[in-house]
Parts: sequence; C-alpha cells; structure tokens
Amino acid sequence: MSDSSTRSTGTTPLLEIKNLEVGFQSTNGIVPAVRGVDLTLMPGQTLAIVGESGSGKSTTAHAIINLLPGAGRITGGSIMFDGKELSSYSEKQMEDIRGREIGFVPQDPMSNLNPVWSVGFQVEETIRANGVATGRKEVRAHAIQVLKEAGLADADKRLKQFPHQFSGGMRQRVLIGIGLSSRPKLLIADEPTSALDVTVQRRILDHLETLTRDIGTAVLFITHDLGLAAERAEQLVVMYKGRIVEAGPSKEILQNPVHPYTQRLVAAAPSLASRRIQSATAQSETHSLSDLDYAPTKVTEGLDLIAAAEERVESRPVTKRPDAIVVKDLTKVYKIRGQGKGSSGELVAADKVSFAVEKGTTTALVGESGSGKSTVAKMILRLENPTSGQILIDGTDVAPLKGKPLLDLRRRMQPVFQDPYGSLDPLRNIGNTIAEPLQVHDVGDRTARRDRVLELLGQVSLPQSLITRYPNELSGGQRQRVAIARALALKPDIVVLDEAVSALDVLVQAQILQLLAELQSELELTYLFITHDLAVVRVIADNVCVMQQGRIVEAASTDAVFDNPKEQYTRELLNAIPGAGIILGV
Amino acid sequence: MAGYILRRLLQAIPVLLGTTFLIYFMVFAMPGDPLLALFGDKTPNPALLERLRQEYHLDQPFIVQYFLYLGGIFRGDFGTSFSGEAVSDILARTFPVTIRLAILALIIEFVGGVLIGLYSGLRKGKLFDGTALIVSLVFISLPIFVIAFVGQYVFGIQLGWARTTVSTGAPIQDLILPAFVLASISLAQLIRLTRASVIETAGLDFVRTAYGKGLSRRRIIPVHILRNSLIPVVTYAATDFGVLLVGATVTEGIFNVPGVGRTLYQAIIRGEGPTVVSFVTVMVLIYLVVNLVVDLLYGLLDPRIRYVK
Repeated sequence: MSDSSTRSTGTTPLLEIKNLEVGFQSTNGIVPAVRGVDLTLMPGQTLAIVGESGSGKSTTAHAIINLLPGAGRITGGSIMFDGKELSSYSEKQMEDIRGREIGFVPQDPMSNLNPVWSVGFQVEETIRANGVATGRKEVRAHAIQVLKEAGLADADKRLKQFPHQFSGGMRQRVLIGIGLSSRPKLLIADEPTSALDVTVQRRILDHLETLTRDIGTAVLFITHDLGLAAERAEQLVVMYKGRIVEAGPSKEILQNPVHPYTQRLVAAAPSLASRRIQSATAQSETHSLSDLDYAPTKVTEGLDLIAAAEERVESRPVTKRPDAIVVKDLTKVYKIRGQGKGSSGELVAADKVSFAVEKGTTTALVGESGSGKSTVAKMILRLENPTSGQILIDGTDVAPLKGKPLLDLRRRMQPVFQDPYGSLDPLRNIGNTIAEPLQVHDVGDRTARRDRVLELLGQVSLPQSLITRYPNELSGGQRQRVAIARALALKPDIVVLDEAVSALDVLVQAQILQLLAELQSELELTYLFITHDLAVVRVIADNVCVMQQGRIVEAASTDAVFDNPKEQYTRELLNAIPGAGIILGV
Repeated sequence: MAGYILRRLLQAIPVLLGTTFLIYFMVFAMPGDPLLALFGDKTPNPALLERLRQEYHLDQPFIVQYFLYLGGIFRGDFGTSFSGEAVSDILARTFPVTIRLAILALIIEFVGGVLIGLYSGLRKGKLFDGTALIVSLVFISLPIFVIAFVGQYVFGIQLGWARTTVSTGAPIQDLILPAFVLASISLAQLIRLTRASVIETAGLDFVRTAYGKGLSRRRIIPVHILRNSLIPVVTYAATDFGVLLVGATVTEGIFNVPGVGRTLYQAIIRGEGPTVVSFVTVMVLIYLVVNLVVDLLYGLLDPRIRYVK
C-alpha cells in the first residue's frame, strides 16, 4: 500500500460517521431506516454494532460502502473514511474503495458465493479487480495464500471446487479470505457467523481476530448477540429503531447497561445468562440459583433468562418421576450413493443412542450439525423408522404401533420445528392452523375447537384478534408462538423442540424460552430440546446429552455438564459460548 | 460422461420403435385406399393397381408391412414415395432447408431474447422495460399466421425489403423474414423469461457481495448476473429448437418454403405410410438429441447438477 501521505496515526479516526441518515424510497415518500447515527472507529480497533433485526445496524454498515438495495439512499450526514467523504462518492469512485480499502464479509455463507463459479475463480477475480496482483500465476499464488491465511489448509487443491462442495464454515473462511485479500484498512463483517454452529463460529472468529490484528485491519462487526459483541469488540454501539441508544467500551456497557433496551439485551442473551448462572453456581457450594443475587426489573420482564432458569429450577419435581421417553440402543443407518465408481456407502446417523427423559423435565440433545441429534428426534416422533433399537413412550414400545394406536401416540407427542416460516401453511389462517390437530383427531365440535384455539392463543400470549390473520402478517416470534400453540392443541405430554429457537433474534428467543419454561411448570410438559447452542441449554434444560457423530459422548445433569465436563468435545462446546473472558457484574 | 451419453442413446431405441409403430399403425388405419385416391377420377387399370399394391406391400397384413419397412430402415432404405422418389432423397432435400430455417430462428430468438430481456431486467420499471413487456405480450397473443401475413405485407410489399415467398434452393436471405416470423412468439417468451431471471439473480446475495469485493458493474453484469440467469433461458431455448422445427409447418406453408412441413403435410393427405413414418422418425430422433443436448448443457451451466460418472 502506498499511503504514506494519508497514513492514519493513532489519534485520527479511521472511520468517523456523523449524523448519518438513511432512508428507503417507497410509494409514500422516504421511510427512514437510520436516524442520526454517530460513530468513530480508530485504526486497528474493533467496534461492534448490536441490535435486533430491523434496528438499522446492517443498513448503517451497508451505507458506508453504498451497498444499499435499490430503494435505499443516504439522506443526510457524513461518512469520513481515511480523510475521504464517502457519502458524496459516485458509484465509480466507490468501486475503488470497496474491496481495496474496505473489505466486506457478508452474513450467510450459503448464499454469498456464486454457485456456478469455482471458489478459486471468485477469489482470483477479487484479487485482479483490486489490482493486488496481475498475471495468471501471481494471481493464483496470491489466491492460494489468501485462502491459506483464512484457514483453508489445502487451498491449492480446492481452488477448482465449487461452493456446494464446501461446508458452511469453509465457505465463510473463503468469504473472509476474499474480504481481506487486499489487506484493507477496514473490514465490515455483517453477522459473519450467525448461520454457523457455535463451535465453528468460535474457531472462525478467533481466526479473524488474529488475522486482522496481524494485518492491522480495523473491524466493524455487526451482530445481534450482545455477548458475542462484547467478547469480540473493544467498543460497542447499541442500535434500536435506527438510532443509537447506547455507546461506549464493551465491558462498561455490559456491566452497567444504562438504557432500558440495552438492559433487555443483556437479560436476553443466552450466552450472558448462562455465564452468570455458571459463575453463581461455581461460587456457591449449594449450587442454588437464589444465590445469584439478581433482581429482575420491569424492563426485562418477560425475556429474562435468569428468571426463567430460576422458575424452572423451582418447579422441578423433587421426587423421582417415571420416565416419559426411554431410548435404547437406537441406531439409524442411511444408504448413500458414493462419489466414486459404483461405490455405495453407509452413513450411521445415530449409533446405539440410549437415554431417558423423566416426566415433566427437559432433556437437551446438543451437538453440531451432522451429529445426528435431529435424526434421533425424527425417530422418536416416528417420522423415520429406526434401523435397530427401541423407543418406549410411557413404557410402551412404539415400533409395532400402526393405525389407531399410532395416531393416539402422535396425539400425546407433538413437534415444534426450527423454521417458523416454513412450518406454517401460508394459505391457512392462524385459527385454522392451531385447530388443525383438533380436526385431524376429531376433538370436539366447531365451537369447542374455537374456544380451545382462543385459550391456546392466551397461553402463548398472542392476542385473540390474530385468529383470522395469515402467517405472512406475523413476525418470526409470533409465528413460533403459533407453532407452539398448535403443538399444545391436543394437550400433549411430550413436546419435541427441534432447534425451535435457533432462528430467532435474541430478544424473541428469550421470550419464547421464558414461555416454554412457564408452560412446562403449568402443564407438566416433558421437553426434548434439540439445539447446537449450549448457552440456551443452560437456561432451559435439566439434563444434557452431548452428541458427536451419531453417538452420545456425554450425558449428565446440566449442572454436572457445565461444572465438570468429562469429554474434550463437551469442553470445546462450552468454550464456544461467547463471553468467556468477560467479568460480569454479578 | 461417455457412459451417460451412451445410456441415453440406448434409451432412444425403445422410444423410436414405439413411435414408428404408433405412426405406422395410424397411417394404416386411415380410411380409404391410398392408391385409388392417387388416380383421382380416372378408373385405374386393375393389373397396374395389383402391381402397385405388391410393390408397396399394401397387400400384406399390417404387421408384415411394418416389419418390412423396419427391415428396410436398417439397410438404409426408407422406402419409396408414390411418386417413385426414394424417401431418403426427399429427406435429404427437405430437412436441410427446415433445419436452416429453424437454426436461423433459434439464433434470432436467443440473441434477441437475451439482449432485450437482460436490458429490460436491469432497467426494471423504466420505459424500455414497460414497452418490451407490452410488445412481447402482443406477440404471444397473436396466432403465427397473423404475424406472417403482417410481416409479408409490411416488409415484403410496402417496404420491399424481402421476398414474400422463398425462391427455389431457399437461399439464406430469403429465409430471414420467415425465420423472424417463426421465432417471434418464442422470442417474446424468451424476453420475459430472461427478464424475470435477471431480476431474480440481481437481487441475490452473491451479487451484493460481488459489489462488496470491489468488482465493477461492467464485470458483475455478464459474469455474475447474466451467467446465472442463463440457466433457465438456455434450457428453454434449446428445447424450443424442436418446437421450431415442427412449428415451421405453418410458416413454411405461408412463405412457400420447400421444407419438411409442406412435404409432410402432403404425405399425410396422400396416406403415404413410409414417407410419413420416415419423417416423423427423423423428427423424433432430432427431439431426442435436442433433449440430450439440453440435459448436458444443464450440467455444463450449473455445476451443482454435474453428473456423477
């Protein structure tokens, strides 16, 4: 880089945004998305913008390098980057800034690489466009170097491969490599790991941190997880409805959040809640949550995870109850078509899985994607047939059940799935959606069903007026509530929650977790909770089964797993919870 | 790859046997005596009639006729038309003309459709886009013979840029107007398909990332937007080649093109079994090859579905 004249010193900011306004052109005039944002980023530093979806955090980041979608434009304020006023730059001038001086790492690694070009091609075109290297051989060598730095050890062999041949984590490494390929002064990372497993997230963010420190790149980090933000950035900016509500050094904000919204975010972040519970139980011999000395406030009502955890522990039955679910040596083998000539292999998705869930308690199945946790859930729900092994529900072997007895079994066992968008029929209104299980199982008459639907809407804290609305008119959190109401319609004993909160924003996630805890103590439900996130497990589960490659590697009570993990793999999962190094004001 | 192509070609054998049998049977089942119809109002000489019957195997039962014909094909003999000309000669005379017309139409369809569709898609909601949408809708709603007559009237008679009918030998310059007419409806469809595909692709995440990594618009449009948008477009256009060959019947009739359509039409009217079946067989073959090419193109365009083995 030949920037000796404009080289930033420690005292002048690399990026200084003043009173930034961004709006989206609509038929009714301009809808503001960012209203008067100020932020300052020093060279080599990391700043995180935190907020829920729709808070304007991504829009602010995109405005810096003018990646706003068609209808969006900057309507006021200034963006000074390295002595240049970016808000007045033309598209042509901006091309020279993007990639060269400001790198960009997008959110979803699955959709941000072009599926029809090889990975090497997409790295090489970036290097060529930014003038980092010229000539076939140099460009290729540089691409390999960039990918190796990003953590792809066998980059030279994989250049010719296409994105679909890479895992999500590997694709994100490629995108990070692309973002840093021309040693930019600033890297904008827009939720770079939200779509990934926690362990992969940790490895990638660790790597990104080392890499940017070595190059001296400043990072603007966008995330909805306050714990993650505080762990990764020196400075925090909390955004809400297009405005900055709180800004300052990460640790100060975390220990002493001033604005009510920040307080809610702190209360809702599972990573922080699990850390707090952890430090409280570790300090006291009695392992009691009441030692936490934590007072829920009005602000955090309804989404306080520590309160939810307390409630769960208090409602936990003292005496041993019968097992609702018993799984013995459950095995599922899939036949797969091989890549090579005529080879067909077998994939053992679940390998002699055994565990039991006591009535009225929550057991979490935890593991990375591909660990077989969802396969086990599907077999318990009888959506897949086991290759071998036994499933007992309330002592009854479910394998031979057919017809009417199977239908009765399904009535007592209901699923809630991850994607609240995909699991509701868009052509059915909310009332009919919730009433459907009642119709299928022929429960009650029309008025009785309607009454039950209204009762259920109340139970999941949704207004009764939603009964005639359609799924597309609801928010993600509301949809997941509808899915839960539908699952509860038949008064089941067991609810299988397959990543039921993973796709939600932290605040919504906290509300749903709280709701689940309340419903459990009210209705004596048994939960089988499938997740990749141990932080969530800490606040919701009584027992944990850690799965890896189809096997249960560790199974114990939640406290035991967190206090005294026996397996290396469990320790890795625990370490992956963001916020490890943060001293909290407990 | 070679194995895949071989397997697909082997699959073509039962398809060919089935179609030829079906067509042969339908021509056989047509009412009336094809030979008597040949003589018109004149009373034919019974001895001559008998000789012709034997010569064309019309005295044999249907199944024997079919296998005699099939055996001939394997020896490269497609039979003889009632006019005494070898069917293989008729095929060799007419198919090149129609294929030339169809290829010309395909080029017009593809180049025009992609260029106009791309420009429309990139300028969504602007004047050009609106005009293209309306004009293409007009073409889609019109029957092809109306477009042909208007084309003949405007370009042939009023402007005098082209001949209204094709002269013998069917030179390329005479085929341009018929090719435009033949391509018009597919061209309109392709404009709309390309436009929709471009709009969808331009909104995808990897396009934004491409801007984010510093690429210029001049590079992003062909490399990331157009390239991805072409997957459905090329598939449509290639499949359409078969349709253009058959659809040529009407256009060839109007412009008097000495191609497959006109000849086949006359053969059907006269009930000439071997001629009709031979033409249809070749058409089915072309369809199968086009379909195979489409499938191979698909794999070439989209690496995600590249064939294993």
